Amino acid sequence: MSEVVLDKVRKVYAGGVEAVRGVDIHVPAGAFCVLVGPSGCGKSTLLRMIAGLETITGGECRIGARRVNELEPAERDIAMVFQNYALYPHMSVYDNMAYGLRNRGTPKPEIDERVKEAARILEITPFLDRKPRALSGGQRQRVAMGRAIVRKPQVFLFDEPLSNLDAKLRIQMRVEIKKLQRALAVTSVYVTHDQLEAMTLADVLVVMNKGEVEQTGAPLDIYEKPASTFVASFIGAPPMNLVPVEAGENRPKAEGLTGGLGLAVPPGGAILGVRPEHLMVVTGAVPEDSLGITFPVSAVEAVGAETFVYGPIGGTGQDIIARLPGKALLAPGTPVSVAASAEHLHLFDRQTGKRIGP
Amino acid sequence: MVERQSLFSFLPHVILLIGIFIVAFPVYVAFVASTWDPATISNGQMPLWPGPHLVENYTQTLFQGTAKSSREPVGMMMLNSLIMALTIAIGKIAISIISAFAIVYFRFPFRMAAFWVIFVTLMLPVEVRIYPTYKIVADLGLLDSYLGLTVPLIASATATLLFRQFFMTVPDELVEASKIDGASAMQFFKDTLLPLSITSIAALFVIQFIYGWNQYLWPLLITTRESMGRPDGVADRHGDRRAGHAAAGAGGDPDAAALRQGPGRDREVRQFR
Repeated sequence: MSEVVLDKVRKVYAGGVEAVRGVDIHVPAGAFCVLVGPSGCGKSTLLRMIAGLETITGGECRIGARRVNELEPAERDIAMVFQNYALYPHMSVYDNMAYGLRNRGTPKPEIDERVKEAARILEITPFLDRKPRALSGGQRQRVAMGRAIVRKPQVFLFDEPLSNLDAKLRIQMRVEIKKLQRALAVTSVYVTHDQLEAMTLADVLVVMNKGEVEQTGAPLDIYEKPASTFVASFIGAPPMNLVPVEAGENRPKAEGLTGGLGLAVPPGGAILGVRPEHLMVVTGAVPEDSLGITFPVSAVEAVGAETFVYGPIGGTGQDIIARLPGKALLAPGTPVSVAASAEHLHLFDRQTGKRIGP
Repeated sequence: MVERQSLFSFLPHVILLIGIFIVAFPVYVAFVASTWDPATISNGQMPLWPGPHLVENYTQTLFQGTAKSSREPVGMMMLNSLIMALTIAIGKIAISIISAFAIVYFRFPFRMAAFWVIFVTLMLPVEVRIYPTYKIVADLGLLDSYLGLTVPLIASATATLLFRQFFMTVPDELVEASKIDGASAMQFFKDTLLPLSITSIAALFVIQFIYGWNQYLWPLLITTRESMGRPDGVADRHGDRRAGHAAAGAGGDPDAAALRQGPGRDREVRQFR
């Protein structure tokens, strides 16, 4: 178990495409770090650079105290779980797990012991003699995990390992990966594009966009204080409502908005953010420091436990989303007033998208 | 549609039987011919049932050679063919799988150039380059040897291309997983790529074995001693029809044997220079 440090790491492909632009990440020993971002943001490239499957163009990657830039994947003491599992199709489950150990010259009794132990933890003991093609998706996933844990590496690397599973199995495996990582306490770096997976698994969450780190931190800190409009709209589902506002008298000003007293908008205007789940239906007057929004309902999605209400705000034509608990009896076409309390408001710079308050 | 008339199940069988008869009858006639003495065959009134000379004809052709022409026995020739076909098939597979491995999995200078050079040799079969090839083999003193017989035929662009196509369908993640598992390039080749290629290798072996077995022109050129002869030596037996028919019945199809009787093994052909 050792820390992973990325120091101004860059990746430029032949042809000049810069996939990763100077990334600094520090994963403490034993922590579970999740890299999340839209496709093409460089998260997989970054993971593959840690694994040694891509060369590092600039900067330094350290595992523990060792600089690993020039080391072969096998010398980095890492184990990786691939998106499509990459099990050797002609080898039995046992051999798949034992292969890496055999190549390292581990004594036979020890290999046997470690493989059996891993199989017991992952509950795949009955399948040890089977070939991967005779296993279900979830079982293959476990074998891939098993192949990683028998090695007892310094670092686990996961490259979207759950994306080939169906929704139900994905949730189950997500919980198991988390438990396993807790139990083994091995430093892990996990890549995903699913923000829910990212939120639930991470100790350290890294949100990436266009080859750069947008924000690093604990998942809930990022949820509560997103550093930019990109993070605000990427983390959380449905995404945060972002409304352009002008500066009023010590409050934001936009068509359809009321209240918000005390939220200082700079003279040039700003972007006001409020999460759909923080909007509540109000019937009477909105408190001065809360933000009130009135809009005509254009669509209602009832999913049982909650109801999503959509409608255009002001003259912008932009839809606002409110996530209301239970069944909200709203008909399309009727106006609705919702409000969010002051602590749930976010203010971002209009040009850079960076957070400016509160 | 569900109920089938007996006529409709009977008719296809009749058609199939006729087909089998058309295909199998010449083979049967060739076999019958190999059991009669030459006189019966040449007078054009050979019966359609096996004659009394089966054992005698076959032992003579396979193990003794025919006395009249003092040729080598066909058994020896078939053994030579077997050795040659096996060497060519195994050699071709070994060489081409390694070159495909190099082309697909290594980034070396002029990699694509090397690939295209291999590709271009598809347009240069032995027949086209037969004189320079013969000259090289002769200068190396490899005439009348298994080495001279097989080595020039071993290089194979077809097999290299086939393995290249197959390797390109192997997921990259397997290479990466092997790297992380600490396998060297040759370990990856031996432990992962080779087992995955088994079906391709088997299919290719069959094709290349037949290619080697059916070689006609090259062995004709490269061998001068009768002991190095192959079943195409069958073609030489102008004067001995019985042996020809027997060999055809025993070793090959009659069409091929008839075809082989065409060019013969003339000294003029062999003395190419």
